[in-house]
Amino acid sequence: MTLARRIIPCLDTDGERVVKGVQFVNLRDAGDPAALAARYNREGADELVVLDIAASRDRRPTFLDTIRRVAEQLAIPLTAGGGIGTVEDGQAILRAGADKLTVNTAAVRRPELITELSGKFGAQAVVLAIDAKRSGETWEVMVRGGREAAGRNAVAWAEEGVARGAGEILLTSMDRDGTRNGFDCALTAAVSRAVSVPVIASGGADSPEDFLAVFAEGRADAALAASIFHDDAQRLGELKKFLAARGVPVRLVP
Amino acid sequence: MNAVRVTLIEYGAGNLPSVERALRRLGAETRCAATPAGLAGSQAIILPGVGHFGALMRTLAERELVVPLRAALADGVPFLGICLGLQALYGSSEEAPDEDGLGLLAGMVRPLPQTVKLPHMGWNQLRRLRPSVLLRDVPATAYFYFAHSYAALDSSSAAVALCDHGAPFVAALEQGKVLAVQFHPEKSGEAGAKVLRNFLEFARRESPQ
Repeated sequence: MTLARRIIPCLDTDGERVVKGVQFVNLRDAGDPAALAARYNREGADELVVLDIAASRDRRPTFLDTIRRVAEQLAIPLTAGGGIGTVEDGQAILRAGADKLTVNTAAVRRPELITELSGKFGAQAVVLAIDAKRSGETWEVMVRGGREAAGRNAVAWAEEGVARGAGEILLTSMDRDGTRNGFDCALTAAVSRAVSVPVIASGGADSPEDFLAVFAEGRADAALAASIFHDDAQRLGELKKFLAARGVPVRLVP
Repeated sequence: MNAVRVTLIEYGAGNLPSVERALRRLGAETRCAATPAGLAGSQAIILPGVGHFGALMRTLAERELVVPLRAALADGVPFLGICLGLQALYGSSEEAPDEDGLGLLAGMVRPLPQTVKLPHMGWNQLRRLRPSVLLRDVPATAYFYFAHSYAALDSSSAAVALCDHGAPFVAALEQGKVLAVQFHPEKSGEAGAKVLRNFLEFARRESPQ
């Protein structure tokens, strides 16, 4: 009996459609979120993350409808986020069918947001998303979709986020995101060692070996990827069989 | 065969819509009850739950649901507690020491040890202790989705399966017509759907209504 390492496909959306791009630019359409959700649910995803990377106020009703349509397809947990700045924003996303919320820029601007969400919905429902970029020997927190440095150390921010009530860290390497050069295992291990909550590694996934490395060297509790799954470059079932054969505890779906 | 009519106790739990969706997929009829009248005549009752033990017990008390819920359980209405809905069956929880639980089971809910990452979040397997209604025909190696930091750590004669995360804890329990699971069947793929289907069949067979 061991807690399985999780494989989590991520749907970056413009609120309505799945989009993809390299390091948050040059976005291209990659399909219908509900259709992809149904497929990943069937193929053995352990969880699904849906992000609204546009996160504009006027598109919010569209995103909530997307969450509803995605949740309808799932018998696995759903995490959603993008533009959550208040408890009311979070409430709307959970009511639409998400089990967990991710917060990012708004939490950097106003860290009390984490405490408020955790107090209202429980730590298990609050995922602190951190976009980190290497800066010398450490990593810096980036906000606004990676466009702006927040002037915070990523490991210290993860620790503070957990102290404030985050139940999980979604850690994206901005150096690796979209590059397919593998996860940043050093970053992931640094954060995973520092915090008492599970860490989801994100950014750079390409081969099954990358997943193996981030679970072993990176000490990740879960690994997230987007385009390799959307493109069919990597099938979930094959990836999990690869990991299981190398001793990583994973949930195999027949 | 008529659909099983399941009453879901509405106290603001985040997972109620997911549980409702999963039950409807299996052909059950669902209704939500936030008042004592809503509980009357239930064929089966589910208490879903995520979040804080204190918030759950306070809300049940404010909505005057504690007494009718205890009465329904005493009358033999099949019951399924999910996650916090399992913990609520105990006398109390260290998460909110001042709030009384439903007290059907002896002992206290306590935090999982801090030697492991918490919350216990993700998919884990079970160790079966004895034949079970809920786990009937569920493969022994099946994984279930957990998301919690507190658990029933004391051994209990009601336990039918344990899980382990830093310490063994009760993952599923059955005492008469009171059944409960610490994991989220509504989020546990095919294995979870089977657990819910087993509960619905049990409710159809055993309900006094």
